[in-house]
Amino acid sequence: MSEEMMEEGGTIKKFLYVNRKAPYGTVYALESLEVVLIGAAFEQDVSLVFMDDGVFQITKGQDTAGVEMKNFSPTYRALEMYDVEKLFVEKESLDARGLTEDDLLVPVEVMTSEQIRDLMEDQDVILSF
Amino acid sequence: MLHIINKSPFERNSLESCLRTASKGSTLLFIEDGVYAALEGSAKADTLRQAMQDYTVCVLEPDLAARGIAAKAMDGIKRVDYAGFVDLVAESERVQSWL
Amino acid sequence: MKFAIQVNEGPYTHEASDTAYLFTRAALEKGHEIFRVFFYHDGVNNGTNLTTPPQDDRNVTNRWSELAAKHNLDLVVCVAAAQRRGIVDEGEMKRNGKSAQNIADGFRISGLGQLIEAGIQADRLVVFGD
Repeated sequence: MSEEMMEEGGTIKKFLYVNRKAPYGTVYALESLEVVLIGAAFEQDVSLVFMDDGVFQITKGQDTAGVEMKNFSPTYRALEMYDVEKLFVEKESLDARGLTEDDLLVPVEVMTSEQIRDLMEDQDVILSF
Repeated sequence: MLHIINKSPFERNSLESCLRTASKGSTLLFIEDGVYAALEGSAKADTLRQAMQDYTVCVLEPDLAARGIAAKAMDGIKRVDYAGFVDLVAESERVQSWL
Repeated sequence: MKFAIQVNEGPYTHEASDTAYLFTRAALEKGHEIFRVFFYHDGVNNGTNLTTPPQDDRNVTNRWSELAAKHNLDLVVCVAAAQRRGIVDEGEMKRNGKSAQNIADGFRISGLGQLIEAGIQADRLVVFGD
């Protein structure tokens, strides 16, 4: 893999987390976030992409009191502290759901499907949830 | 790049999302309920025929057979067994599973 | 070539675990190395030794255990996911004051770091799930 670099004796790979599922209805979003948080300690080159219903993971105004689950949406804002700063959202997925960047609770870069395509092709490891 | 699709296109949007973001020349592999995409004469057949222009389209034969549709799969789709699945992964620099 | 496998679903409800097993077996038969199989989400339920499927059905857990014994596979169950779902080894039983353990032969419980490490060390990571 040509993208790999050797640094301080360790391998740095490009990891992409593909988030396509809405939160709360299933556990995938929460447990994916847990992988991202643990993975941050490995100091890899990490990117997250939110597409399809995955964009609902980072929409503002989530209030889980009534369903008695943990509202984990504020954690996405804390990713920055873990040096996870490359968050991408597919524009087509936002459009299809009547959402804009203003509806999101964390700074992201909105990308077209074509840009997401290039992003995927630039990765070493793709983790899908 | 290898894209693995395991959802029926009649129930989920995995195939559409994959087609939006898969580079030309990529390989699509249908497994599990994803194999229903291979049905000749279905509402998705044209989508798949179109996809064959840009991608190598493969299907996991044991999943087709299990569902009784091995004889109804479209021409032009490459059928692989689990060993062939392994080869596809080995030949592809990266793999995305459209779960 | 070195493969890593991630299994996100439990046995029987979803085909993901079957596909992952058949893929892993085929890869080993072709002479590839399996660096690790990592069980996450409901996938941790593959690692319980308390299942008793009908005689005429496949035994998903035993099948993994036997493959692990034959090829010295590293079957890792995510600890955080396992704690939520009641998959327990001796250490977890003592640590959390549980009355029993149920981890199947050939499986071990460890952290999510094992998944990231597998992604780093393997040439290919393949995810099986719903």
